[in-house]
Amino acid sequence: MNSRQTFYSLTYVEEFKSMGRRLPYMIHTMTDETYAVNCTLEKSQEGRKDIMFLVAHFSRCYWMTGAVLGGVIGQLIPFELEGIDFCMTALFVIIFIDQWEKNKRHLPALLGLFISVLCLIIFGTDRFMLPSLLLVSGILLFTQKEEKE
Amino acid sequence: MSTAGILISILIGAVITFSLRALPFLLFHGERKMPEKLTKLGEVLPSAIMAVLIIYCLKDMPSDWTGIGLPKLIAVAVVALSYKWKHNTLISILSGTVCYMLILAL
Repeated sequence: MNSRQTFYSLTYVEEFKSMGRRLPYMIHTMTDETYAVNCTLEKSQEGRKDIMFLVAHFSRCYWMTGAVLGGVIGQLIPFELEGIDFCMTALFVIIFIDQWEKNKRHLPALLGLFISVLCLIIFGTDRFMLPSLLLVSGILLFTQKEEKE
Repeated sequence: MSTAGILISILIGAVITFSLRALPFLLFHGERKMPEKLTKLGEVLPSAIMAVLIIYCLKDMPSDWTGIGLPKLIAVAVVALSYKWKHNTLISILSGTVCYMLILAL
């Protein structure tokens, strides 16, 4: 499951490398949410690296306090907060729309949807993430090559 | 499982997770530049990864169409439409999540 984060790092290799001492921390804090939020930053954004570092840091703090609080309060709250986890889905949908409006080429987005549904059917719910990412990356690499020629 | 067993499995998990995240950085460390192709791939990957993550969040829909599938579908529509309309992240996340929780509670 966690191997998907290898793909997240791909987007930021060059950029993180120039972040010096903060590099290991950036690697350490690379999660779905951090990646998603950092993706919304504009390339030209001023102080981009500082923002990315802060995003990563706060995301990590929220994770830790959230996990601890969740464990403690979860046992105290009498009613179920069923469905609260949908906010993650909502975040991803919003960033997907953002990316869609920002990019001229929609092939990566469409491929992502199509391939992951296909892999979901073939590999099942527990094991479709890695094959999906590998396939999508492979196809994207391949189509890139053809465009150059 | 014993406490030591739990601690060891947490440690193993942490090491594997960190190495997986660090893999691209180890491969292209220092002077070694990443090949241009991979750089370009990194630029287009975000939208593809978001698509995969959305599908990941919705993967349990087919298991229960009326109980999970339909509520999620409606909630995603609420998020997408409200975002297209207002372009406000907070409003869209809140309205979508509240909508989903309400449908589940009904």
